[in-house]
Amino acid sequence: MIRVILPAHLRALARADHELQLEVDEPASVRRVLDALEAAYPPLRGTIRDPLTGSRRPFVRFFACGEDLSSRGPDEPLPAPVARGAEPLRIVGAIAGG
Amino acid sequence: MSGVRVLAGTAKGAFVLSADGARKRWQVDGPFFGGWEVYHLKGAPAAPDRLYAAQWTAWHGQLIQRSDDGGRTWEPVGNLFTFDGHVGKHQWYDGSPRRWEFKRVWHLEPAPNDPDQVYAGVEDAALFRSSDGGQSWQELAGLRNHGTGPRWQPGAGGLCLHTILLDPHDSRRIIVAISAAGTFRTDDGGTTWRPINRGLRSDYLPDPDAEIGHCVHRIAAHPAAPDRLFMQKHWDVLRSDDGGAEWYEVSGNLPTDFGFVVEVHPHEPETVFVVPITSDSQHYPPGGQLRVYRSRSGGGEWEPLTRGLPQRDCYVNVLRDAMAVDSLEPCGVYFGTTGGQIYASADGGDSWAPIVRDLPRVYSVEVQTLR
Repeated sequence: MIRVILPAHLRALARADHELQLEVDEPASVRRVLDALEAAYPPLRGTIRDPLTGSRRPFVRFFACGEDLSSRGPDEPLPAPVARGAEPLRIVGAIAGG
Repeated sequence: MSGVRVLAGTAKGAFVLSADGARKRWQVDGPFFGGWEVYHLKGAPAAPDRLYAAQWTAWHGQLIQRSDDGGRTWEPVGNLFTFDGHVGKHQWYDGSPRRWEFKRVWHLEPAPNDPDQVYAGVEDAALFRSSDGGQSWQELAGLRNHGTGPRWQPGAGGLCLHTILLDPHDSRRIIVAISAAGTFRTDDGGTTWRPINRGLRSDYLPDPDAEIGHCVHRIAAHPAAPDRLFMQKHWDVLRSDDGGAEWYEVSGNLPTDFGFVVEVHPHEPETVFVVPITSDSQHYPPGGQLRVYRSRSGGGEWEPLTRGLPQRDCYVNVLRDAMAVDSLEPCGVYFGTTGGQIYASADGGDSWAPIVRDLPRVYSVEVQTLR
């Protein structure tokens, strides 16, 4: 079980709670988490990563365990506390705008 | 009981403004998709409770929303806009080639007779169509690939396809406008296209009479006279009497012929509305006076409409998709401003009153006449 926290706009779009719980195949990676997230919440397709290339949208970041995981490869295993559900993976919208 | 529903797209969401046929007392619902930019939303003529909305942010990209109850509830539909075939390159501002890339939807145009068919004009400029209520989108790639595409350059707002005119009597005929490429027409449902810019003159081009490169801001046509087109170009108000084959200027006595919107009266094909804006370096009304200008002679001679509009200290703009007319008698005219006001006239433009004053920056205004 992976815990995921979405930014406010995506929570509203998915009509989802503050924190989601997703079943993800092991070893859990950002790609597998996003695959499971988009399968469970189809309106989120294209809002976190490009639907064609799979690349992360520029103003979106992935944080967990006090680290920025955004620059890691999408198939790298997530930190162990995230993989076992002790810590959430936080999907964050960059601060910008007015 | 007749009524109207005004659909406003803004920088922070969509709003639905409803009134009965008197158009005096308004109910304001929204924001829908609060915090997201809504460039445009529009209802399907064949099923007025079917609405489509284009929702976007820089963070999360493009979404398309659909309502089947007049805007009370919405469901996200398809948001995958994939260029068909060879993607190719257009020109960047500096003239260098740049690969076509989907950025956002500017305009949604539901088909006159089928609520499940809807067209989307997008940036970088391309035309898409859905035949399943917005679930999936297919590009009409003949436009982008007809030959002049590699010479298209963006306007200040981007290389956007912002105007889609569907002929209500001939579904094969479509006219689109692109900033800053110009106007294009198909007569075979979107397979083949040709530029229709003869008569347009733009001094910002090396060849002012070039076939393409004109910054067309908006085109309007009367449904009963689809060959008679009116255009607000970057500078110049123009008209065509032959479906765009030839254009001629009808700016006449306008105080400035720069502007964005143009609309045609629903019952009088020779009555036209524009909102003159000072210049392309001063995007506000001349003298701080917000005035709609109306011509009853198809252009050339224009009268200012001022009653109820601010005549001092007003420095808003009216963007290209932010004017609409209803089809009641007398007709209603509506426009929205970058200052968040939406003004309505229930007497064909003679007098005006704000429906709301403090919305976010208004990108688009559409109106549905409900009977």
